[in-house]
Amino acid sequence: MTDLQIKTDMSHAAAPSMGARENKLEVRNLDFFYGESKALKNINLGLATHTVTAFIGPSGCGKSTLLRILNRMYDLYPGQRATGEVLLDGQNLLDPKLDLNLLRARVGMVFQKPTPFPMTIYENIAFGIKLYENLSKSELDGRVEHALRGAALWTEVKDKLNASGLSLSGGQQQRLCIARTVAIQPEVILFDEPCSALDPISTAKVEELIDELKEKYTIAIVTHNMQQAARVSEFTAFMYLGELVEFGQTTKLFTSPEKRQTQDYITGRFG
Amino acid sequence: MSDHTVAAYDKELATLSQTILEMGGIAEKMLIDAMDALVSMNIERAKAVVASDPRLDALQRQVEELAIMTIARRQPMAVDLREIVAAIRISADLERVGDLAKNIAKRTQKLGEARIPRAAIGLKHMSDLALLQLKNVLDAYATRDLDKAHVVWARDAELDSLEDSVFRDLLTFMMEDPRNITFCTHLLFCSKNIERVGDHATNIAETTYYLVTGEQLPVERPKGATSSVSTGK
Repeated sequence: MTDLQIKTDMSHAAAPSMGARENKLEVRNLDFFYGESKALKNINLGLATHTVTAFIGPSGCGKSTLLRILNRMYDLYPGQRATGEVLLDGQNLLDPKLDLNLLRARVGMVFQKPTPFPMTIYENIAFGIKLYENLSKSELDGRVEHALRGAALWTEVKDKLNASGLSLSGGQQQRLCIARTVAIQPEVILFDEPCSALDPISTAKVEELIDELKEKYTIAIVTHNMQQAARVSEFTAFMYLGELVEFGQTTKLFTSPEKRQTQDYITGRFG
Repeated sequence: MSDHTVAAYDKELATLSQTILEMGGIAEKMLIDAMDALVSMNIERAKAVVASDPRLDALQRQVEELAIMTIARRQPMAVDLREIVAAIRISADLERVGDLAKNIAKRTQKLGEARIPRAAIGLKHMSDLALLQLKNVLDAYATRDLDKAHVVWARDAELDSLEDSVFRDLLTFMMEDPRNITFCTHLLFCSKNIERVGDHATNIAETTYYLVTGEQLPVERPKGATSSVSTGK
């Protein structure tokens, strides 16, 4: 096992970095294969610390695939492999000797469909914490409350912590999943279409939350909703057919993109 | 540029663009007619100019409403967003050009007898240049011609200089004979109006530049007139 938890102070200059902030994550020369088929082609980019980076592109462009690489989710499936480097604080997380549990504690993920565990609201949060830490009941209570507050859900559930997580509305369930992710105090949070199954009010709450979360975490979000990408992110990556077509400041990319393909996609002229 | 997947979206943007050009045509004609009426003291023609202004106002409202509806419906991005913002801005400029022409026409009705017809000659030169600027900038907008837009933007200083010399001429006429003062004062306001038309043409050039490139031209543009009366530029 490599010691992923020791942070280094290496500064990285290779991948395109935006702004003065250093990159929390750097993707270098990344290729990805589903069996024989190549799903990602030579991706290079950096996720700046404490910013939100959005990934947009048509279905099948590889944006979710890229997200799934950032916490090695693809390892669950045989026949899938990645080459190149993905550096988290300078350490290559594609290293086969890496402890995946520790990696996933540092890089949390929230999925498209809310996936609460079939247990109480309290246990949904406490479950993950107990995997990594041995806390007293009162400390655990504090962490659960802190996580639920962090996910802007506390006031809605504080009187029914023993109710099933599945009894919550879709939007609440999604925020419960965010609370569960936040509870284990990761450094990076990956959102894969977190609002696509939510109504506009729940979507607004999740977006508000993402805005608050970036103070503490580095965030990557995959979304089909371009207005959402424009609202929540500082940087946006446009991908197409497994390639990174354009990567830059969100304000620039959505007002005057440099590449024709980007322009056609974001203005609805594709295909 | 290729079409949108949603055809109605293309139609909305095309309608905006066409309405702007229709407004441009009306505004140009209003200024031509207003100046003809002024130079030839044709009161009937001046009244016709005033009567055509409501049409321009109505078109501007149409542009605004369609632009707002399109933003609400389509959530435009990039060049489409700029297209819509440009339509809103240019329609406001053209509506103002119409107002300025209308103001010249209204003054023409008040002038009564032309005391010194030659005093209007300088104004005619100014309006010829303002009209050329307006025509060129509308062409630049219609064809998304960056170079043409830039030429218009840089040329406004010439109109400012002309206004300066008109001011000096009119001042001379007034000093020659105080009975010229009312007449010449109206002409002074007319020259200011024409100079303002030039400013709107420059605004449209700036907007066209933004529409095409996504970048703004510098805030400062080439300056012409230096007289103490040349304010507001």
